[in-house]
Amino acid sequence: MTDEAFTPGLTAGGGGAAALRATEYDNPVAGVFDDVEQVPGAAKPDPILVADGVVKTFGGLTAVDVAHLEIQRGAITALIGPNGAGKTTFFNLLTGFDRPDRGSVSLEGEDISRVAPHRLARRGMVRTFQLTKALSRMTVVDNMKLGATGQRGESIWRSLLGPLWSAQESEVGERAEELLDRFNMSHMADEFAGTLSGGQRKLIEMARALMTDPKLVMLDEPMAGVNPALTQSLLGHVKGLRAEGRSVIFVEHDMDVVRDISDWVVVMAEGQIIAEGTPDSIGKNQAVVDAYLGQHHDQDLSVESPAGGSSDEVGESDG
Amino acid sequence: MDWGFIFERVMTAAIGPEVIVFALAAIGLNVQFGYAGLLNFGQVGFMAAGAYGVGMAVYWLNISFWWGIGLGLVYATVLAMLLGVPTLRLRADYLAIVTIASSETIRLFVRWRGNSGRTGASEGIGEFARPFYDLNPFDNAARYQFGPFNFLGRDLWVVLVGWILVAIALLLVWQWMRSPWGRALKAIREDEDAARALGKNSYVYKLQALLIGGLIASVAGMLQVIQKAAVQPDTFNPVITFMIWTILILGGPGRVWSPVVGSMIYWSLIVFLENVLRQLPPGTRSTLESTIKLSDFNISQFRFILVGLGLILLARYRPQGIFGSREEMALDDR
Repeated sequence: MTDEAFTPGLTAGGGGAAALRATEYDNPVAGVFDDVEQVPGAAKPDPILVADGVVKTFGGLTAVDVAHLEIQRGAITALIGPNGAGKTTFFNLLTGFDRPDRGSVSLEGEDISRVAPHRLARRGMVRTFQLTKALSRMTVVDNMKLGATGQRGESIWRSLLGPLWSAQESEVGERAEELLDRFNMSHMADEFAGTLSGGQRKLIEMARALMTDPKLVMLDEPMAGVNPALTQSLLGHVKGLRAEGRSVIFVEHDMDVVRDISDWVVVMAEGQIIAEGTPDSIGKNQAVVDAYLGQHHDQDLSVESPAGGSSDEVGESDG
Repeated sequence: MDWGFIFERVMTAAIGPEVIVFALAAIGLNVQFGYAGLLNFGQVGFMAAGAYGVGMAVYWLNISFWWGIGLGLVYATVLAMLLGVPTLRLRADYLAIVTIASSETIRLFVRWRGNSGRTGASEGIGEFARPFYDLNPFDNAARYQFGPFNFLGRDLWVVLVGWILVAIALLLVWQWMRSPWGRALKAIREDEDAARALGKNSYVYKLQALLIGGLIASVAGMLQVIQKAAVQPDTFNPVITFMIWTILILGGPGRVWSPVVGSMIYWSLIVFLENVLRQLPPGTRSTLESTIKLSDFNISQFRFILVGLGLILLARYRPQGIFGSREEMALDDR
């Protein structure tokens, strides 16, 4: 099984799948960011997720120190930054997989910084992982069905009485099939997920996350290690999430991808948010360029660097 | 060599009390390891919990044998909670460490002299199972022969009750594992974080699996001491746990039937080897005696050596067990 199988599916697939061409989606949040100030911690018109004073240290290392961040509802927000910037740690803090030392995270106004991950999924916030977690020795369709929340048959007692959950089980099954169809994975439904290629695993993980019917989808490097054809398909699916009214946050390295699909970009470096802005403006931001290329990339190596110099100071010296 | 006799012995052993006890214990381990991925290296501790429940009810508390069954289940529940609550939030290896230690701790604790009034210490407990045999529809002392099977009346009663228990346990496991509960359990085995991200409380599922597996093993322990009519601390040594693991791996973890078939094959093989070794022609026998010091006294050890050799070959040529699929197993390595 190769990834190429998906490319024709994108354009020639039957029914709803054909509608999923990346370019065909409207952007329901177009223009929302026009009045947002392009500075770290900027207030958004309608934030779904707000992080405030979130700090996480490992020993002496401050991995994350985010003063304030608001994520706009219904938009695609990209979280970028050089390696070791703390993006994945921040992701873990937002999704309950790790707890912040200080600060709060709120989802739709409710504090979630002490809420266990499985409860967050039930509240409509779902995540995927940088290292894809296909459940290898389960079939693709079982992977999908697992994602449905509020299943009556997941209770140890009710599970023993089939009639209590069989109707719901067939509903879940139908929903799984629909989603598999939308992601062009129907033909793999009964295969073990462990037999899927890397790209297919990314697809199944995203499709499985959608089974929870999330309000907010958090994708940790959804395009990592995926061939260019499938990347286009994945981009289309991410835009599809926005078209359905879901909010998306994703971590990404590839700037082309970021420019293509994101409405707003948040840049992290050394655990802090150093810039926020629209995809077009962010590439011109001096702090971002410094973070990626090194603060003193245009200076002679013999020049002594100021101890603990923050990006702000560098911004001044450069400007 | 009397092959007819050996056949009868092997067939009788294949459905006998030993097979039932180990099948039950392995069904419990299958829930824990085969479906939930829990590394329980102290299954014998749960068997001891059940065994000492019935024994201590009669010997120490002076209550009915039947209440003892309830006490055994309570012991197993307490043990599962003690082992699971602190460790199941941690990485899988922590459960392995505490279970292997706990089963030895239990054995040493019950055989401690200070406990002789409660557990009978190293003497153990006898004379507690009479109410069970009072219900026996067969004659306890008579021999019953049907086809190649030959049982004493009391063992026939144990075997009958035992297979009913095995059938119930298999039915429960089958229904659980085809339900969404079983699906969530398998997902946790595959990747706990993925299951949590999808809204499954993996801690509760793992605790439930540990408890179910432990309760089934405690029933196995009860049946074992009822059949032996004695509770002996040293029958609950760690080797038993690894025999249960062997049986499960032999059958193939994560399949409903594998503990039963694994147990049947394991014990048939042991009984077959024992009988063949005992009936070897005198010439062969004396050769073996002079070369590898095989005697009447160490035949039972020697058969385990042969079984071990067989298991090495199994691990080499059919690592997935009898029911497992090699393709499925290989998926793990990717």
